[in-house]
Amino acid sequence: MTVSELPAAEEPLVEVVHLTKHFPVKQGVFSRTKGVVHAVEDVTLAVRRGETLGIVGESGCGKSTTARLIVRLLEPTSGVVRFDGRDITHLRQRALRPIRREMQIIFQDPYSSLNPRKSVGQIVAEPFAIHHTEKDRKRRVQELLERVGLNPEHYNRYPHEFSGGQRQRIGVARALALQPKLIVCDEPVSALDVSVQAQILNLLKDLQREFGLTYVFISHDLSVIRQISDRIAVMYLGRVLEVGASESLYEHPRHPYTAALLSAVPKHELNGGTTRRERIVLGGDVPSPVNPPPACVFHTRCPRFQRGHCDVETPLLRPFARDHLAACHYPLERWPMSGEELARPFGARAANQPEAPSSKQA
Amino acid sequence: MSGAPRSGPVLLEVRDLSVRFRTRDGIVHAVSNLSFTLRRGETLGVVGESGSGKSVSSLAIMGLLNRAYADVEGEILFEGTDLLKLPPDKLREVRGRDISMIFQDPFASLHPMYRVGAQIAEAVRVHEDVSKREAWERAVELLAAVGIPNARSRARDYPHQFSGGMRQRAMIAMALVHNPDVLIADEPTTALDVTVQAQILELIDKVKREFDIGVILITHDLGVVAETATHVMVMYAGRAMEYGPAHEVFSAAQHPYTWGLLESMPTVEKRLDVLVPIEGSPPSLLRPPPGCPFHPRCRYRFEPCDKVRPPLAPVPGGHLDACHLAPERKREVWSTRIAAELGVTA
Repeated sequence: MTVSELPAAEEPLVEVVHLTKHFPVKQGVFSRTKGVVHAVEDVTLAVRRGETLGIVGESGCGKSTTARLIVRLLEPTSGVVRFDGRDITHLRQRALRPIRREMQIIFQDPYSSLNPRKSVGQIVAEPFAIHHTEKDRKRRVQELLERVGLNPEHYNRYPHEFSGGQRQRIGVARALALQPKLIVCDEPVSALDVSVQAQILNLLKDLQREFGLTYVFISHDLSVIRQISDRIAVMYLGRVLEVGASESLYEHPRHPYTAALLSAVPKHELNGGTTRRERIVLGGDVPSPVNPPPACVFHTRCPRFQRGHCDVETPLLRPFARDHLAACHYPLERWPMSGEELARPFGARAANQPEAPSSKQA
Repeated sequence: MSGAPRSGPVLLEVRDLSVRFRTRDGIVHAVSNLSFTLRRGETLGVVGESGSGKSVSSLAIMGLLNRAYADVEGEILFEGTDLLKLPPDKLREVRGRDISMIFQDPFASLHPMYRVGAQIAEAVRVHEDVSKREAWERAVELLAAVGIPNARSRARDYPHQFSGGMRQRAMIAMALVHNPDVLIADEPTTALDVTVQAQILELIDKVKREFDIGVILITHDLGVVAETATHVMVMYAGRAMEYGPAHEVFSAAQHPYTWGLLESMPTVEKRLDVLVPIEGSPPSLLRPPPGCPFHPRCRYRFEPCDKVRPPLAPVPGGHLDACHLAPERKREVWSTRIAAELGVTA
């Protein structure tokens, strides 16, 4: 909450502008390029200092690619990445190195992201070794281990001696080592059991408060995203369909895709038992990112699809409330909504009636 | 509303099931003294974290555990016959025909080199003496029934041409080949995206109604259970902690472990001030703790918990739970917790 109260004039920590990443699809003996995967397409986002920006979407929506572009593990096809006021889009490795100290990443799988042949002490001290900092590494590592809730005595143990949750804590300690400004958390709790997941989420929140960290938090889990994020971007097929303050977006999503995502999450209630809400079930599957649909990428599955409009004209992100944008021609008038109501967009023009400005009463 | 109607005939009754694995490190007590029943028309949600024994118990029901390493004790009664006493050839007749199963990863469950339709047709011919042509027709029918568009042409596709959701649909079609009485779904939606998960859960529910079968749905996601199950069993360290009709378990959860699960789960409904995690991690099943297996992590443990194992016994509400806490104390704790959750003072 602290974030939205910050003066808007303050420069964001991270800015990406019209960011696009295409991966070539190669085929045949001569590896000829047969097409491109549109992994990230024209994404513009800002991450403010001290906030958590959640990026949510289904597999293949480009959320992890976006994160990797932000920390420059990938170089964008086009667009600009600015970190702390500096354009880092095309910096060389050498020039990037000092900036890398300020941005760290925590990965999804605590089993494959820790070297099994190195002790915990070595793993957490590695950033110091790379950046040639810190005299008293052992003491510092032990402090870090303690801070993330591990026993500092376990300095000489190996990853296999730890449970999944403890391993993720090791990953957090490593990310904290160089006192970064930004930590990208790429599905950090997806591989963990619920009871442990809550421990890690609470830890991340505490650390954020203590060290004034900025997070980009990637997840496919809308409940986790809601719990941790100040602002949220919803991605689909490489594009941001909706972005806004967490509360605003969950209380009244404007994009039909966000609405479908929200209603698809199975819910449990502490007191209400098993009340069944009407679920908006989207038909079909996510189209291939090699051949994304024209205009609005969501139109092939959208319950509000209007022929001749949504498949012709690309909707741009436009504001709906304070700090809340969505890219849709027929945004949701209210929420919650039944599947049937959703399918009848207010003010939709008929297919053979391209301009009907006054027919508001649909 | 009190007590879901348990009118359907009993399909499956598990009594005192224990599974132990002999390993180099010692004996793993994967499942201990598990008992439950499944009736026609019911969906039993089995919830638990990794290592709670939920998958192992379903593998035991399917007779898929290698008895050379696993000791299986107890009774698994399917329409009165104990599956554990059946010779392998008789068990094979039951498995896949009367009881069938779908798994978490639909890609690993389909052979990559055979057409999807051919794999389903093969399943038809395992238990039925029909021509290849008839079996193929049946496969196409089933693919259409589980919502694969253009089933006739898609049946000729290979698994890699199917999306994750379509593969899971194909697995469900294969499981339905012989009109089973019981369908065991082991984490059927865990590998899928939420919007596809919603489609598959809906399909399983539809299949249950249309084929009038009993479903055992194994999952780590309480939300999935809350939306689809008629009955719930919460497992921890190989044991049932709480068991009963879903609306009772969710409206009046009795076991501190169930409370912990409910509270540690973030929800899309609102942002909670704090998540209340369950501290610590699950015990090693090589040396399960004495007494209640949950006591080392339980906030409410008291004198007998580390010595005496509480039996799974009926509580005043009607369902079963395994905890020493007095019912009045639980009611008190639960109501204050709900109050905290709703932001009102009790």
